[in-house]
Amino acid sequence: MPAVSKGDGMRGLAVFISDIRNCKSKEAEIKRINKELANIRSKFKGDKALDGYSKKKYVCKLLFIFLLGHDIDFGHMEAVNLLSSNKYTEKQIGYLFISVLVNSNSELIRLINNAIKNDLASRNPTFMCLALHCIANVGSREMGEAFAADIPRILVAGDSMDSVKQSAALCLLRLYKASPDLVPMGEWTARVVHLLNDQHMGVVTAAVSLITCLCKKNPDDFKTCISLAVSRLSRIVSSASTDLQDYTYYFVPAPWLSVKLLRLLQCYPPPEDAAVKGRLVECLETVLNKAQEPPKSKKVQHSNAKNAILFETISLIIHYDSEPNLLVRACNQLGQFLQHRETNLRYLALESMCTLASSEFSHEAVKTHIDTVINALKTERDVSVRQRAADLLYAMCDRSNAKQIVSEMLRYLETADYAIREEIVLKVAILAEKYAVDYSWYVDTILNLIRIAGDYVSEEVWYRVLQIVTNRDDVQGYAAKTVFEALQAPACHENMVKVGGYILGEFGNLIAGDPRSSPPVQFSLLHSKFHLCSVATRALLLSTYIKFINLFPETKATIQAVLRAGSQLRNADVELQQRAVEYLTLSSVASTDVLATVLEEMPPFPERESSILAKLKRKKGPGAGSALDDGRRDPSSNDINGGVEPTPSTVSTPSPSADLLGLRAAPPPAAPPASAGAGNLLVDVFDGPAAQPSLGPTPEEAFLSPGPEDIGPPIPEADELLNKFVCKNNGVLFENQLLQIGVKSEFRQNLGRMYLFYGNKTSVQFQNFSPTVVHPGDLQTQLAVQTKRVAAQVDGGAQVQQVLNIECLRDFLTPPLLSVRFRYGGAPQAFTLKLPVTINKFFQPTEMAAQDFFQRWKQLSLPQQEAQKIFKANHPMDAEVTKAKLLGFGSALLDNVDPNPENFVGAGIIQTKALQVGCLLRLEPNAQAQMYRLTLRTSKEPVSRHLCELLAQQF
Amino acid sequence: MRLKRLGELCKRREGLEIRFILIQNRAGKTRLAKWYMQFDDDEKQKLIEEVHAVVTVRDAKHTNFVEFRNFKIIYRRYAGLYFCICVDVNDNNLAYLEAIHNFVEVLNEYFHNVCELDLVFNFYKVYTVVDEMFLAGEIRETSQTKVLKQLLMLQSLE
Repeated sequence: MPAVSKGDGMRGLAVFISDIRNCKSKEAEIKRINKELANIRSKFKGDKALDGYSKKKYVCKLLFIFLLGHDIDFGHMEAVNLLSSNKYTEKQIGYLFISVLVNSNSELIRLINNAIKNDLASRNPTFMCLALHCIANVGSREMGEAFAADIPRILVAGDSMDSVKQSAALCLLRLYKASPDLVPMGEWTARVVHLLNDQHMGVVTAAVSLITCLCKKNPDDFKTCISLAVSRLSRIVSSASTDLQDYTYYFVPAPWLSVKLLRLLQCYPPPEDAAVKGRLVECLETVLNKAQEPPKSKKVQHSNAKNAILFETISLIIHYDSEPNLLVRACNQLGQFLQHRETNLRYLALESMCTLASSEFSHEAVKTHIDTVINALKTERDVSVRQRAADLLYAMCDRSNAKQIVSEMLRYLETADYAIREEIVLKVAILAEKYAVDYSWYVDTILNLIRIAGDYVSEEVWYRVLQIVTNRDDVQGYAAKTVFEALQAPACHENMVKVGGYILGEFGNLIAGDPRSSPPVQFSLLHSKFHLCSVATRALLLSTYIKFINLFPETKATIQAVLRAGSQLRNADVELQQRAVEYLTLSSVASTDVLATVLEEMPPFPERESSILAKLKRKKGPGAGSALDDGRRDPSSNDINGGVEPTPSTVSTPSPSADLLGLRAAPPPAAPPASAGAGNLLVDVFDGPAAQPSLGPTPEEAFLSPGPEDIGPPIPEADELLNKFVCKNNGVLFENQLLQIGVKSEFRQNLGRMYLFYGNKTSVQFQNFSPTVVHPGDLQTQLAVQTKRVAAQVDGGAQVQQVLNIECLRDFLTPPLLSVRFRYGGAPQAFTLKLPVTINKFFQPTEMAAQDFFQRWKQLSLPQQEAQKIFKANHPMDAEVTKAKLLGFGSALLDNVDPNPENFVGAGIIQTKALQVGCLLRLEPNAQAQMYRLTLRTSKEPVSRHLCELLAQQF
Repeated sequence: MRLKRLGELCKRREGLEIRFILIQNRAGKTRLAKWYMQFDDDEKQKLIEEVHAVVTVRDAKHTNFVEFRNFKIIYRRYAGLYFCICVDVNDNNLAYLEAIHNFVEVLNEYFHNVCELDLVFNFYKVYTVVDEMFLAGEIRETSQTKVLKQLLMLQSLE
């Protein structure tokens, strides 16, 4: 095999590198470099024409200097000259220089492109590859414009060498990713798919990547790749360990190609053709079987390569989520890895099992490993492995094991690394709430959290416990008693004081009968903590004191004395001073009746999405705001889904892009009880939030089950809930104390299917459960919705699913209504929601070039065809978020159409059975004024207006 | 077409895609940096430093994977050199771990018992090796025989 001596070929370069390495200091290095730069500059400027070798050597030195971290401002021209050399080594250095340094010198791009063009046409495979690699490495739009049309030709040409095909495939991939609009689809696409059959495995390896990328955007055009990929995979998987010769790696046949093929298949649902599917299932089984065979080598490379395929196979099995047998086998296999001596495997098994836990078929199988996972949490040395263990426990948690898991997590919290404490706290808080059968356990758990990791208990967590205690009168007495006991500890966390202060202020009367916790005792206990607390907590305690005056008149004198003390009335902090003054006055001037009215018990909080969940989601996607932020997955979506329900039961937004970025202005964290916060406490005490329970039992239940016609009006929040779904298809539609309704939907052409998941959050069975879809007004002729009946009983903690088949007959403006009725503990419940089906769901995005767009824009110039809205931004104006929303809205986003790059332009067709409505839209953000102008033009007047209204509410 | 199926809604699979490849020594000196994403120079320097900080504190009992910003680093240490590949979080860890090893074995053949100095003095050749095996952030060629044959052929050209 070839050996390469140091810097062979370019002695001057080797000497220079040695010199640099011998420099004793940074200064010496800079000096040496400057000397070299001067030398090179003079050579380049000199009268004597440099020969190719010297030019190559100097350009290479410049490159080396640049890679050391110094700026280079000349030599580009010489590098470009090298491109037209007919010597490989010179050309190579030229291309390398261009690939590493090109961005700054765009005026050379024409010369560079010219050289590339010549090399592509040279029919010399070595030169062609150099040129293709350069395009792939730079991947700029200019290069895309120049070559996007040529490369497909090179890729499928019969006479292209294999190595050229490999490079062309990946070069095209790069251009397609950078600017998909530049790559013309056409006759070549069909031939690309057939590269999966190519004899040369390297060509297949490169082609699979390209096909995977292409089929994500055009799944239907590339459907034929499924059967080809399956048969290729099948041939590899069933081949003996030495069959593939060059492509066997440590006795594993073509591991990387297998992985790529398995990933390609994950772009599609299970194959429809029974034969193909059978063959694929056979492959998957073979991989699982092979995992059980004794290893053919003791080398870690062997087992890694084998397991790379195994894990990808399991990913595909999870992706299909339809073969219970395979899912359980996968789970058993991963179970073996949980105790493997390789840390890598334990880590990957925990990670992969996390997704298995969310499948209804394998959830139970995952649960059997609970002890091993708990052990991992306690004993793993690598914190990232422990974190995966915590994730998995969270994912496998359900009603049956919640107590065990929560208590293990609490125990772990005492020794957990600081880096993951807050996350564990959030997880415990969520699990405790989600699976609380009796709320005293919930209260205990949260107070334990504060005791063990008070610093990591964020506001969301302790707000939430207050919300829940306020809303559930069966736990209030217990909560008061427990916080009272917790506050006895000589050192207790300030968060405990906050929770204690609030709860005793509201419910201290429930334990006042016991002489050990009589009002004066309660007061002096709280007040003993007062002086050590922060301003915010002291403010909260002052409010507790005024509530005490109302609850326990016997404490009035003591408390007034405290309020009157100089340290309060003349407190340097304005907030504290104001509270002291106003509370003191209130307690002196107001009659008992007035006092009782002002300080009445807090009304229940309206139920919304748990603020803690929102927090966990934010946490999982930290907004580092760096260039690396894009393409982020949402790790929490797995975890949060991980309960029993295979649905987004508690996730509000699994929509792909926007939320992953964590940029979506998250729904304001479930209105924390403002009164528990610091600053606005005073206001709340006097104003009293006008919050009402969102779901009051209907006043009088009709004796006969009412027909669908006489349903009540939609709940007040219905529009707001509907708006949440204009740009996304999945999430939680509705949630109150009793019931959670999750939605998953998909639309295609004028058809849609929606899954509604009704989760009973209580421990009591719902009876006469009947959700029905109602079409108000003309809607019946516009939209057909078929529903299946669901079971009339929903057990406590259970979830039922309802499938809706939707067909858009013609354009419509109002959404159908969903009326939900049931009996809970004998009391009738009923409310009406708006079903998240809006006209934009039937959008078919349309790509078009700038001139087509403008031509059509002009064609739709009748005044009634246009709708326009100018409005203030309700969310931070972020281009990426806006893009994601527009894509979620359904139109295609057209780049380079609007002369102003800040503006967004989109196009699409609304598909209905009766007609199609072409839509063009333009959104002009004005960051300075924080305003948008949105213009819609469609061929149908009401549609323009309606779309404009729908979309305007999203920003 | 906007939507495909439910399964895909939950977890969008990205293709195998490398964001960057770094070879660093223990002192943090970069021996190769290959970027498959656009970064400006400051950002590159920051990434290099962060990767070094994240990777060098880990020992043999740790996994070969580290979460990194919103990506992950798959790395393996060979003597004093760390070979790191940055990929999407849902990419196949072991496939990249072995891709690194495959790459190292090729370097080892090509440079006859490769050592750090080979990478310093022949930096421009290392780029050629990388481009043979990885292109556009994807794995291009995995056969050591094929890659070495091609490198030998290029070596013979002038």
